[in-house]
Amino acid sequence: MGRTRENPEVHAGSMADIAFLLLIFFLVTTTIETDMGLDRKLPPDIDTPVIDLYERNVLRIILNKNDELLVEDEVVPITKLKQVAINFLDNGGGLKEGAVSCTYCMGDRNPESSDNPQKAIISLNSDRNATYGTYVEVQDQISAAYNALRERESQRLFNKSFSSMEDLYYAPETSEASKAVLKDQIEEIRSMFPMKLSEAEIQHSNQL
Amino acid sequence: MAKFTKKKDGDLPAVSTASLPDIVFMLLFFFMTVTTMKDSSLMVENTLPNATEVKKLEKKDRVIYIFVGTPTREYQKVFGTEPRIQLNDKFANVDEVGSFILAERAKKPQELQNVLTTALKVDKNANMGLIADIKQELRKVNALKVNYTTYEGDAFNNLQ
Repeated sequence: MGRTRENPEVHAGSMADIAFLLLIFFLVTTTIETDMGLDRKLPPDIDTPVIDLYERNVLRIILNKNDELLVEDEVVPITKLKQVAINFLDNGGGLKEGAVSCTYCMGDRNPESSDNPQKAIISLNSDRNATYGTYVEVQDQISAAYNALRERESQRLFNKSFSSMEDLYYAPETSEASKAVLKDQIEEIRSMFPMKLSEAEIQHSNQL
Repeated sequence: MAKFTKKKDGDLPAVSTASLPDIVFMLLFFFMTVTTMKDSSLMVENTLPNATEVKKLEKKDRVIYIFVGTPTREYQKVFGTEPRIQLNDKFANVDEVGSFILAERAKKPQELQNVLTTALKVDKNANMGLIADIKQELRKVNALKVNYTTYEGDAFNNLQ
């Protein structure tokens, strides 16, 4: 009547079924998604003193309630916005006394447009009834203008693409030493074309 | 030489399925590590706009999501067809955004509280007025890093 000391063998045949069940559960309840988007920083909610700017240093972009784009009071199709922004930022017209000119700009040097990229401000004003899709598109085109100019300078100075430098900087496998070098280079390029995008309080539309 | 008995025809050796659990477990662990759980179900239409100059939104533990869009059909009877804000699992008004951000921020570990990003997942047909109000609320609670979450694609498709 003694029990056998032998352990009965665990039946592993159904293990695969159990694992499949788990697998299917995870497949159904989870999502593979990496979100992408445009990063922006909002201005802090404090009263800033009024800053005097020359009108020539501001590019006024207005998005109206019909999703039309007005750049300096002229209707501009959204496809042209990138070029308009590049022309404005890259103008480097500051040749007057006291104004700092921009040595690396390749624009028209139009005295009626921005003095240099450090002073150039893009002001974006959108109506409350404009759609978000168009707004993102405008933001995207403005980013594209900055990125194109930064790319050009980074190719000229370091013979590297700016976006690959940024990717490398944020990659975890990059060593600290090369990160430090990259950081200086990225900062240099960024300071050549600092992103100055102002979104003043959005105006209410007059017509309801 | 009768030791070599001829195999019978048509007698296939059985494929060993002993390693099948291992293979499936491998798959399981792969999916467990690369995916994330859906934490809230969408109650609003959420067709994000397209953009090209996008950056990846990494480190999900540092992100607070705000969804905006018209309510989906099952909620339209109650909440109408105007774009609404969804915070976690319920609809909210604009003035609740600030307290929501503060509550979410308090849930995060101390060292992450200053590096949080607010991801605005907004339907491309929503109007800017609502977004402007949300941004104003975010400024009030000093949540200044925002990410306009988009799909990667040609931005000129947004008009359709």
